[in-house]
Amino acid sequence: MNTGIPLQYFLILATVMFFTGVYGFLTRRNLITILMSVELILNSVNINFLAFNRYLYPHKLEGMFFSLFVIAVAASEAAVAIAIIINIYRRFTTINVEDVNEMKF
Amino acid sequence: MINFTYTIWILLLPFLMFLLLGLAGHKYFPKLSGLLGTCGLGIITVLSYITAYKYFFTSEKVDETYQKISAFNVTWLQLTDKLHIDLGVLLDPISVMMLVVITTVSFMVHIYSLGYMKGEKGFERFFSFLSLFSFSMLGLVLATNIFQMYIFWELVGISSYLLIGFYYQKPSAVRASKKAFIVTRFADLGFLIGILLLSFNTKTFDFITLTDPNGTAIAQGGGIAFMGLSVMTWSMIFVFMGGIGKSAMFPFHIWLPDAMEGPTPVSALIHAATMVVAGVYLVARMFPIYIFSAPVALEVVAYIGAFSSLFAAVIACTQTDIKRVLAYSTISQIGYMLLALGVSGYGGHEGLGYMASMFHLFTHAMFKALLFLGAGAIIHAVHSNYMTDMGGLRKYLPVTHMTFLIACLTIAGIPPLSGFFSKDEILAAAFHSNKLLFAVEYAVAGLTAFYMFRIYFSIFWGKETHYDHTPHEAPATMTIPLIILAIGSVFTGFIPFDKLVTSDGRIFDSEIELMIAIPSVLIGLLGIGIAYIMYRKESSIPDKLAATFKYSYKWAYNKFYMDELYLFVTNKIIFRYISEPVAWFDRHIVDGIMNAIATVTQSVSFRIRGFQSGQIQKYAFVFVTGAIMLAILFIYLWK
Amino acid sequence: MASNQIMFILFSAMIVVFSILTVTSRKILRAAVFLLFVLVSTSGLYFMLNYQFLAAVQLTLYAGGIVVLIIFSILLTSHISLKFESSGWKKNMFSATAALTGAILSVITILDYKFSATTEAAKEVNMRFIGKSLLSVDYDGYVLPFEVISVLLLAAMVAAIIVAKKGGPKKVELPK
Repeated sequence: MNTGIPLQYFLILATVMFFTGVYGFLTRRNLITILMSVELILNSVNINFLAFNRYLYPHKLEGMFFSLFVIAVAASEAAVAIAIIINIYRRFTTINVEDVNEMKF
Repeated sequence: MINFTYTIWILLLPFLMFLLLGLAGHKYFPKLSGLLGTCGLGIITVLSYITAYKYFFTSEKVDETYQKISAFNVTWLQLTDKLHIDLGVLLDPISVMMLVVITTVSFMVHIYSLGYMKGEKGFERFFSFLSLFSFSMLGLVLATNIFQMYIFWELVGISSYLLIGFYYQKPSAVRASKKAFIVTRFADLGFLIGILLLSFNTKTFDFITLTDPNGTAIAQGGGIAFMGLSVMTWSMIFVFMGGIGKSAMFPFHIWLPDAMEGPTPVSALIHAATMVVAGVYLVARMFPIYIFSAPVALEVVAYIGAFSSLFAAVIACTQTDIKRVLAYSTISQIGYMLLALGVSGYGGHEGLGYMASMFHLFTHAMFKALLFLGAGAIIHAVHSNYMTDMGGLRKYLPVTHMTFLIACLTIAGIPPLSGFFSKDEILAAAFHSNKLLFAVEYAVAGLTAFYMFRIYFSIFWGKETHYDHTPHEAPATMTIPLIILAIGSVFTGFIPFDKLVTSDGRIFDSEIELMIAIPSVLIGLLGIGIAYIMYRKESSIPDKLAATFKYSYKWAYNKFYMDELYLFVTNKIIFRYISEPVAWFDRHIVDGIMNAIATVTQSVSFRIRGFQSGQIQKYAFVFVTGAIMLAILFIYLWK
Repeated sequence: MASNQIMFILFSAMIVVFSILTVTSRKILRAAVFLLFVLVSTSGLYFMLNYQFLAAVQLTLYAGGIVVLIIFSILLTSHISLKFESSGWKKNMFSATAALTGAILSVITILDYKFSATTEAAKEVNMRFIGKSLLSVDYDGYVLPFEVISVLLLAAMVAAIIVAKKGGPKKVELPK
């Protein structure tokens, strides 16, 4: 099934997705869009793990299980992050990341 | 062996009295503190007399010499295996003699102060300081090693500072106390250098080891020479420098006349009888080293002593403040003592100068204290220090008059008073060693008689001054010490010092040499006669003489401008070229560095606090950039 | 061209395009939808790699759970259609520089490295095997991470409830 596609293509795809997510994290102003960029990053990592597992270690399954746990952790992290964002909204009435900067000098 | 360990109480009791009166005197027993101090001193006077009796008359003598006994010695600071600083009590002829002198004079001064300082603010402070002084001086003379002597030397300096500046609200008193302390402290620098040199070469501080003539300490350091003098000579000269300061010899004499700002009992105790003889005591204590290892230093001692006595006597002839005259007289008499030590030899009859010096110390303490206390009574009666305000006081102050007259006759060297005997021994010792110094001292003897009787006649005879209120005789607490000291001045001349205090502890016989005694009496009488002519009645001879010798008079009256010279050196040279740059350095560079560090820290922190801006995306940006850089570093640059 | 290559090109194109649109879209709800498309495409990629279980999990959890959660929170906290986001150009430039640098660095590293494949036979991945591994205590059993994950999920649930419950902090006027 994978004979025609070299491993590096998957890896480069994952890299592009990762750095797109990084760009989004650094640029976006809304806290929720930042969370979406984090999800992008996590997905790119998953692709990486699975590609390595399939191409380099087909007799083992560690990559798949790791991805499984990454998905679980990502889910719980997104839940907690949303709860925090809602709290921030309640307190500041805005979720503009440049305006919630009270923890400074 | 007689047990002398009780002598530690002679030191401890005044110290405890100082603490008690100083800490609790003002609050709890202001009026009683005088009596307490006096009682304390009375007890140690009795103890000293007992010690003297036991030491001189009942202790064992080895080979007819008095032994040095270390009555109490405890190691205080162990510096190396062999070098250690002890604290203790050393009894030997000169220290026991000094015990008697110090405690007697101090006791008399205490009784006198009960009357003199009555009603003064700070009465209990005065007595506590007097006890401190007694403690320090006793510790100095009873020291077993040279470092302990140095410690107590400094303590004596502190007591003197506290007592001279007793009237601390007077600016002149404050200046005088500072001057005394600074000058003596500067001299003590030399003393410390001398101690260090000495102990480095002889590897010990202890007196018994250092001054043992058969021991090894004296032979040390003979081979090393620096600028023509051996290292022992240098160390002894430096040690003597401390003595010059404390005993107010030229050129460190400038503090003693100004120290008269203190109350008169203080002048009597410290600046006449006890503290100023510390220098003489020091040379006497280290005498074997001086004789055997550093004879050149001994010559220095003699010349400085002789010069100072001449210098001071000339100045004393022109002063009008009676306490200042007495101060210069003290300098002159101490010069005598140092001269006698300087021309002395060692052992038996050779050590005549040593014995004469100690004898003169003893008698001088009595009559000089008497003179000062008498001057105090006079000042108390007339409320002025200047002899121009006095005259014809013999009618009003009979007891003071008599005792003052006895003291003046003693200092002039008229037999059979004690001054004659001691001064005669000194002149004999000088005559046999160094004719030039003998001539100098002979002249000084005449000058002494002249200036002492000058003030005597001006105060008690002279013109009939009109007084605003009639001067009254001093109360009994002030006159009793005068009488006791006068009795002492008369009779102490007969104590056979040649059997008690000699250079090597061995007794010898000395006699009055008529060839020297008669001329010395004659010149004393000559001085008295001249003073009689000039001052007994009001006359114009003094003014005419002053006008004729205008320049010498002016120079002598202004103390040969020594104070101005010192002020010039310190202000224009030391302050401007040394102190001010150092102060500038301290203020601008040392403080500047500290301030700069603080300012730089503050400004840097102000600039970089932007790192914690609270903005998440900035943090993330730094994070990502850092990670990328680390990745570049580890993957590509650092193989 | 083989079919898997076509599928790969399709999926990867979708991923790339939609992820870029997610991070640059100015309306939030559209960004969420683009994210959904990215996740679905990723799931397709997993199917291609023969990890069916994981693909299913991805679809269920990510696309069906997290994106829904995100959309809920968007509705709760901002005005969907009226808000426009825009950042300063300086921030964009610096971030783009950093991201590009990182991307180029990673690509160079990937292309340089020689991946060596193993010659062992592939393992069949079926549900029975996955289930057994998740609960086995052998050397390659995953029961410990499994239990830890369950505790983590519990903790996350409790935390989310407590943090977001009503009666939270009082409103504060931000200093503008």
